[in-house]
Amino acid sequence: MSNRTNNPSFLAVENLSVEFKTRNGRVKAISDVSFTLSKGEVVGIVGESGSGKSVTAYTLMRLLDQAGAPTDGTAKFDGISLLDISEPEMRELRGREVSMIFQNPRAALNPIRPVGKQIEDVLIKHVRASRSNARAKAIEMLDKVKILDPESRYWSYPFELSGGMCQRVMIAIAVACDPRLIIADEPTTGLDVTTQKITMDLIQDLTRSRGMSAILITHDLGLAAQYCDRIIVMQDGKIVEQAPVRELFNSPSHPYTQKLIAASPGPYSELADLTRIASTKNTPPSKEGISKSAHRTRSDFLKHESLLSVRNLVKVFKKSGAKGARWLGSNTSDESLFRAVDNISFDLKQGESLGLVGESGCGKSTTSSMITRLMDPTSGQIIFDGEDLTEFPAKEFSRLPQRMKIQMVFQDAHDSLNPRYTARDAIAEPLIRLQKLKDKQKLDARISELAEQVGLPKHLLSRFPHQLSGGQKARVGIARAISVNPKLLILDEPTSALDVSVQAVVLLLLDNLRRELGMSYIFVSHDLNVVRLLCERVIVMNKGQIVETGISDEVLRNPKNSYTCELISAIPHFEPARL
Amino acid sequence: MNTVAPFIRHVKYVMSENLVTLFAFGLFIGLVVLAFLGPLIAPYDPLATNAVNALRPPSWAHPFGTDHLGRDVFSRVIVATQLDLGIAVAAVGISFIIGSALGCAAGFWGGWIDRIVGRVTDTVMAFPLFVLAMGIVASLGNSVENIIYATAIINLPFYSRVARSEVAIRRNAGYVQAAKLSGCSDVRILVTQLFPNILPPMMVQISLNMGWAILNAAGLSFIGLGVRPPDAEWGIMVAEGATYIVSGEWWLAMFPGLVLMLAVFCFNLLGDGLRDLVDPQRRT
Repeated sequence: MSNRTNNPSFLAVENLSVEFKTRNGRVKAISDVSFTLSKGEVVGIVGESGSGKSVTAYTLMRLLDQAGAPTDGTAKFDGISLLDISEPEMRELRGREVSMIFQNPRAALNPIRPVGKQIEDVLIKHVRASRSNARAKAIEMLDKVKILDPESRYWSYPFELSGGMCQRVMIAIAVACDPRLIIADEPTTGLDVTTQKITMDLIQDLTRSRGMSAILITHDLGLAAQYCDRIIVMQDGKIVEQAPVRELFNSPSHPYTQKLIAASPGPYSELADLTRIASTKNTPPSKEGISKSAHRTRSDFLKHESLLSVRNLVKVFKKSGAKGARWLGSNTSDESLFRAVDNISFDLKQGESLGLVGESGCGKSTTSSMITRLMDPTSGQIIFDGEDLTEFPAKEFSRLPQRMKIQMVFQDAHDSLNPRYTARDAIAEPLIRLQKLKDKQKLDARISELAEQVGLPKHLLSRFPHQLSGGQKARVGIARAISVNPKLLILDEPTSALDVSVQAVVLLLLDNLRRELGMSYIFVSHDLNVVRLLCERVIVMNKGQIVETGISDEVLRNPKNSYTCELISAIPHFEPARL
Repeated sequence: MNTVAPFIRHVKYVMSENLVTLFAFGLFIGLVVLAFLGPLIAPYDPLATNAVNALRPPSWAHPFGTDHLGRDVFSRVIVATQLDLGIAVAAVGISFIIGSALGCAAGFWGGWIDRIVGRVTDTVMAFPLFVLAMGIVASLGNSVENIIYATAIINLPFYSRVARSEVAIRRNAGYVQAAKLSGCSDVRILVTQLFPNILPPMMVQISLNMGWAILNAAGLSFIGLGVRPPDAEWGIMVAEGATYIVSGEWWLAMFPGLVLMLAVFCFNLLGDGLRDLVDPQRRT
């Protein structure tokens, strides 16, 4: 063991290149990737989608799908050449020496096997436990990943656990056999910030206490800064920069790194800062207004009148477990009901933009669905532009003229575009249905105008969603939403599926559009730093109730409510002062 | 238009990538040509009897031989294509339209529509399907139309089930919500947004069902229901020829049987290729 400990680089990747076979010929996914990892070190691989960071990890684990194969280079793990050993040898290595934590824990766990058994499987496979003591060891592992009541959780199925708990089970499986290297591929995407913090702290504790090395693959610079010793920045399949954390953030040498760092919103950054580096290279759609941030308009909105006032809004759902009770007679006791939105009231002024922040399950999406009138509230009023919208049932609302006044930009731009509609068809739909714009020339003119407003090149209009990039799809979604000149636009985490640099551009676009078109925004998000950039005022929700409301900067800088404090402290940062 | 050229390129790609699909499409085009031009191509009148020439083995003049009435088996096999494919296309068409309409409604609205459609299709599927088809033809009357209706009814549950589950998966998709925001009514969403998206799996079902429908029609004719002699139809020809196998005249049953098998085989292979063709996501 001692000679291993002294080995400075026990993982050495040299000139690694991987190619994929596609119908358009061979495509290089990564090329000439070289890095080393010493014992006990945590290295972050950071990059945007398509940068090849996951391909690198999958190549090391030899989990690439059939179309991809390494064409060049070597990867030596403690003297073993990972790319040359046979598949049975590799199987021995996986789990025992090198293990992986996947992006989506729910998909990575076997849905029809109790989680405890799944931990046992790994232990028995690598002869770390016999059949007689495997159960005790599995329970011990569950305890180590801080799952409460591990004896009974041993028998839980993945669907009975929350996303965070599933990820903890995945971590337990990954570290069960004391591997020497752990590769974590975006381990916290889809988790709330507070859960993310708990999960990452857990990974950090376990790897440190056992002297494991780790590779953390992430798109989140803040996360990498907080948990890694050294960061590798990848772009288009190549490593553009690698440096220790402090050095990277204090003096990034590569322009791409600079751009990434600038584009990640921090608690003090302004909207204009996000694209500062990018704008020197390619000019964003509209130049004026960049230097003006959302804050400038704070004094303006005060004189505007109220556009929307929500009064005592309540939404009650039946709990899924209570369904069977219907056959036995009506069962409407409090236990079978779940109050997703619990008596909330707030106002929105004309031209104002309001942030709605909270973690998953806090009721923010239910609230926005009710305001968009896609869902009927259980009780309460939504007074919009002088009318109580709750008088119209959600079913009929889609064909009323009021539909035009409230539009929405969806969370997942890809899912919100019909795969069989071209970008042009998608933008045309509300114009034809709501504005009854049937004249082809007028329609074309309007679509071109919208495409220009959102900065979508015209030749992309004839493409299908799968032929567009994430940012382009977001632009199509925004163009569709603003096509009928709504007074209120609800933005349901419109940038959560986007890379940071694309997010920066989209946020800037949204801010400019609001100023040009005079719309009001309700910005639903879990990310306070992003909300701050776009909204003057913010509402923090927890368990269906409003826990804090106020001017964004004030809430973020000195929160009054304990839940808000927790939320803010969980956001990973990369300010040099806090490292 | 600029949408046609990419589609042709896509067809070429699907064909060149998958030789089985290419073969199946070749066979399919052959069958369609026979169905339309059969009576023109056939060297002899399929109904003309010639007692002198009865039960001749295959020869240059009669490649598939002649039957007990001296009719040319080759011509009869060719001409029968029209009837067999016609029955299959009509039956599959009816069950596709009605089945997918019912399934879409059940999947989209759920509730009592779903329960009624679900139980009715369950009931249909509880019968042995061929026996059910026999019963329907026997009670409605022995005609080609009734074979079509019977085949359509027994295939209906497959379409309604596939359509129901595919629609149910997508009914809360983002683009459905977006369509509601765009002012589309429920029916419009179902027809213009959801239905086109469930076409790829439906295509596989159509193609497989075409094979079954041909077999089913031939099977019903084989036991004497539906098509009646002297009309040329593969099932009847096999049935008529079967009695002569023992006496050594194998060609009567074998050639129509072989063509029947090829047709079913062709449709079974076609499914995957059709799905790839109608799916825009595979067009890159």
